[in-house]
Amino acid sequence: MTTKALARGALGLLAAGAVLTAGAAIGSDDGTRIHWGPYKVGDKRSGYTYAGAQTRAMQDDDFQNPAFLWLERGADIWETAAGEAGKACADCHGEAEEALAGVATRYPIHDEARGKLMNIEQRINWCREEQMGAAPFKWESEDLLGITAFVKNQSKGMPVAVSIDGPARPFWEQGKAFYEQRRGQLDMACTHCHVDHAGTMIRAETLSQGQVNGFPTYRLKWQTLGSLHRRFRGCNKNIRAEPYAYGSDEYVNLELYTTWRSNGLPIETPSVRK
Amino acid sequence: MMSIGRTTPRIISAGLALGLGLLSGTPGALAGDPVTPFTIVDGYTVPDSLTETPGDPERGRKWVINRKLGNCLSCHEMPIPEEQFHGQTGPALYGVADVYDEGELRLRLVDPKALNPYSMMPSFHKVDGLHRVLSGFEGKPILSAQQVEDVIAYLMTLRDTSKRR
Repeated sequence: MTTKALARGALGLLAAGAVLTAGAAIGSDDGTRIHWGPYKVGDKRSGYTYAGAQTRAMQDDDFQNPAFLWLERGADIWETAAGEAGKACADCHGEAEEALAGVATRYPIHDEARGKLMNIEQRINWCREEQMGAAPFKWESEDLLGITAFVKNQSKGMPVAVSIDGPARPFWEQGKAFYEQRRGQLDMACTHCHVDHAGTMIRAETLSQGQVNGFPTYRLKWQTLGSLHRRFRGCNKNIRAEPYAYGSDEYVNLELYTTWRSNGLPIETPSVRK
Repeated sequence: MMSIGRTTPRIISAGLALGLGLLSGTPGALAGDPVTPFTIVDGYTVPDSLTETPGDPERGRKWVINRKLGNCLSCHEMPIPEEQFHGQTGPALYGVADVYDEGELRLRLVDPKALNPYSMMPSFHKVDGLHRVLSGFEGKPILSAQQVEDVIAYLMTLRDTSKRR
């Protein structure tokens, strides 16, 4: 952990160095003159590349990244027995680092039993209800955010790789339709900001590509960790559109579509954003 | 002036709206109706004012700044130096009155998608055909008819491009 943190710190310094010597630094075709390393894959740019230097530094340093408080909570949950079965996650899955490496890169998945998609949060709650005999965690609770971030963090640095073949395909189609449909009083679709105008300014905010590889994310505006579905709801309300519920089919389908857009970018959980 | 092909159904739909009345509001049909109907002429302009009271440029300047109303600054740069961080998602509006007249600006405010169906710009005086409008905003246009006219009056003052940053 400490070695990892030091290594990340060193990477952060390197990134800062790249900014300072921008004039002579490695060329980049996004107008920033910063070599983004793993945060830019082809034309795909993580939200990291749209964040300010201070925000990026906060993400790069595990001791500064406030989300690590949630990771500790998640690690505790992993080890703590709960429910009628008297079991902890670790009792079935073993060491998280081994059991969970790469798992989050594949979610949401198609769940045959339910005949629809299942994201990480839903998988965790499925385990709690079906395997542990425990009450599901509430959406956006510290517990669900903590264990979700912990699970995803075990895949940190691995490329997102959701499948949209086979039974997942129609749900991806629905997510795509959501992404492209105008909604709300402002009559805008996701694609208007995050595809057509990514990189331009809305007042003091830079529109990003809306890549989702860093969720749950510690958002400075929220002053807490938050889920992707919270971000969806915020985006919808910004354009004065009625949001959907956390964990709704609509948002999980949209999650598959947006995660597919992020295929190839590394998992950054827990990221820090403005 | 010749209109582009796809504007014909727009004109028809405006006519339908007039005929159906209650859907989008007909002049004088309902007192206090939030939307004043408009007619697109030749596919490029809405020449008739939405109100009898002329627009007030000083009020219009307030509406373009106000984040709860026009919020035009979120996407467009304008000669409003006291406000920081003008958006750059849409074109800058310095000298816009040298480019468009009132009727052309009116169409761009009330139904920009009549000109460009892919436009990101909201229709500021429209309530029909919207999907899942947030509770509390249903049936309400972003700007009232008078506010649209105020904004047009303000934009018509933006004639001098020499001070463009």
